[in-house]
Amino acid sequence: MSLSTAAQEALDSFEQASGWEQRARLLMQWGERLSALSDEEKSDDNRVHGCESKVWLVSRQQDGRWHFNAGSDARLIRGLLALLLVRVEGLSSAELQQLDLPAWFTQLGLGRQLSPSRSNGLNAVLQRMAQLAAGG
Amino acid sequence: MFQPSPWRADFPAIAALQRQHQTYLDNAATTQKPQALLDALSHYYGHGAANVHRAQHLPGALATQAFEATREKVAGWLNAADAQQIVFTHGATSALNLLAYGLEAQFEAGEEIAISALEHHANLLPWQQLAKRRGLRLVILPLDSSGHIDLDAALQLIGPRTRLLAVSQLSNVLGTWQPLQALLDHARAQGALTVVDGAQGVVHGRQDVRQLGCDFYVFSSHKLYGPDGVGVLYGRPEALARLRHWQFGGEMVQLADYQQASFRPAPLGFEAGTPPIAGVIGLGASLDYLASLDPHAVVEHEAALHRHLLRGLHDREGIRVLGQPQLALASFVVEGVHNSDLAHLLTEQGIAVRAGHHCAMPLLGSLGLDGAIRVSLALYNDSDDLQRFFSALDQGLELLR
Repeated sequence: MSLSTAAQEALDSFEQASGWEQRARLLMQWGERLSALSDEEKSDDNRVHGCESKVWLVSRQQDGRWHFNAGSDARLIRGLLALLLVRVEGLSSAELQQLDLPAWFTQLGLGRQLSPSRSNGLNAVLQRMAQLAAGG
Repeated sequence: MFQPSPWRADFPAIAALQRQHQTYLDNAATTQKPQALLDALSHYYGHGAANVHRAQHLPGALATQAFEATREKVAGWLNAADAQQIVFTHGATSALNLLAYGLEAQFEAGEEIAISALEHHANLLPWQQLAKRRGLRLVILPLDSSGHIDLDAALQLIGPRTRLLAVSQLSNVLGTWQPLQALLDHARAQGALTVVDGAQGVVHGRQDVRQLGCDFYVFSSHKLYGPDGVGVLYGRPEALARLRHWQFGGEMVQLADYQQASFRPAPLGFEAGTPPIAGVIGLGASLDYLASLDPHAVVEHEAALHRHLLRGLHDREGIRVLGQPQLALASFVVEGVHNSDLAHLLTEQGIAVRAGHHCAMPLLGSLGLDGAIRVSLALYNDSDDLQRFFSALDQGLELLR
C-alpha cells in the first residue's frame, strides 16, 4: 500500500530525527495537528481503556472508507495518535485489516512505544481499530 | 558530594543495566538480586533439583533441608518464635488472598473489616470481595495530609463490630510509616484480628512481629532482594489455627479417600502443591546476604539518598510531592505536565521509574489524581543514580514546558 502524502511526510521527518529530543519535539508537533474533540466525542463509548492517559477514538465510515479522530490529555500520546491516524485515514476495512501498524511505528523509530509493558494506550487503540475493521 | 553504595557491586544486574544506559529507580516494584542469590539458584539447579516433603531419596532430603532452612531464616528475620509460623505462598497477593478466604468463616453479615485509604490493591480487593461475599461492611480509615492514617479517626472507627484490621506498614505511594502499634493494640483490644501488609516495610529495617503483636504479617520475597514467585505469611499460632484450608492438593493433606480428607495444620496445610522450591531456597540466600550487612549503615545510606531525592524534588518549581515521604520513595506530579508525558521522556533517557496509579487507584483518586511518578530507592542506588534522574527530569520538563 502506498503512503499518503501526509504519511510520507511523517516518515521523512521521523527518519531524519536524531535522538530522543528531536523525536519528542516532532511527536508534540504532530500531536498539535489533531483536531480537538468535542465534549460529546469524549464519551465513555469512545474512550479507549488500558492507558495511563485518557484516550478517545472517534470513528466513522463513509462510502466504505474509515475516518478517525482521536484525542488524549497527554501530549506525546496525541502525537502517537496523529501518526496513527495519518497512516489509516481513508482506508477501507479490508485495507485496514491488512495494514501492519506495528511495522509503521517501527519505521518511524517508535516501535518501542508498542511494547507490551507500555501502558500508553497505543496498543489498546490499535486493538480497537482492528475490532472496528473486523466489523466487531 | 558523591555518595557511593558500598553494596552496589554485590548486585551484578546494576552494572548490566548501566551498560544498557538504564538507571533503575523502580525498587518498590521489584529489586535487583544479589550475587549470593544467583549462586544459590545455580547451585540448587546445578546439583540436583527434587521435590520437597515427599521423597525419601537423597536429593529430596537435601532440597527439603534447604527449603526448611529458609523457613528458619525467615522466622529469624521477623523474630517469630517458631519456623512453623511461617507459611510460604506465591507472593504477598496470594498470602492476602489466603487470609481473605481462610478467614471467611470467621465473619457474619453486618460485621466490619477495617482497612486504610492508602492500601495497595492487594490489601484492598481481597477484603472488598470478602465483604461482598459475606455481607460485611468495609470501613476505610482516612489519612491526614502528611499521608499517615489519621489515628484519632481510626480509633473511633475501629470498634466492637470490627472483626479484622488490615493495614500497610509503609505506603508504596506515600513512603510513610503508618502508626501501626497504636492501631494494632486498639484493634486487638476490640477483639479484631490484625493483618499487616509488610510488602514495603519489610525492605527497610528489621521488623519484629512479636513486638508488633499482629496476628498476621505478609510480605513478598522479590521486593526484599529475593526471587519472585515467593510470598511469606507469618501468623500467631492461635491466629493460624483459625484459618480454614483454601487450596487443596498435594502434600497439604493428612488422609484422603474418595469422599473425605483431613488436612495438615499450618504451615504445610497451606502450601498445597509443589511450592516454589528454588525461589524459597533463593530467598534464604538473600536473607543470609542481608544479614551480613551492617544494618545501621544500610539505613543511613537509604536515609541520605532519600534526603537527596526530596531536596531535589523540592528545589524544582511546580513539583508536588504526595504526602510527606519518610523514606524509600517519593511520588510526585508536576503542575501543568501530564505524568504520562514525563514518564515517556524519562524512559527515553533510560530512567526506570514508575508512572501511573501504583496499584492504589482509590488513593490516587482521593488525592484528585489519576497518576503520579514514583522514584523508589534500594540499598544499591547511589547519588549518581539520582543525579541522572534529576538531569533527565530537567531535560524532560524543559521540552514539555
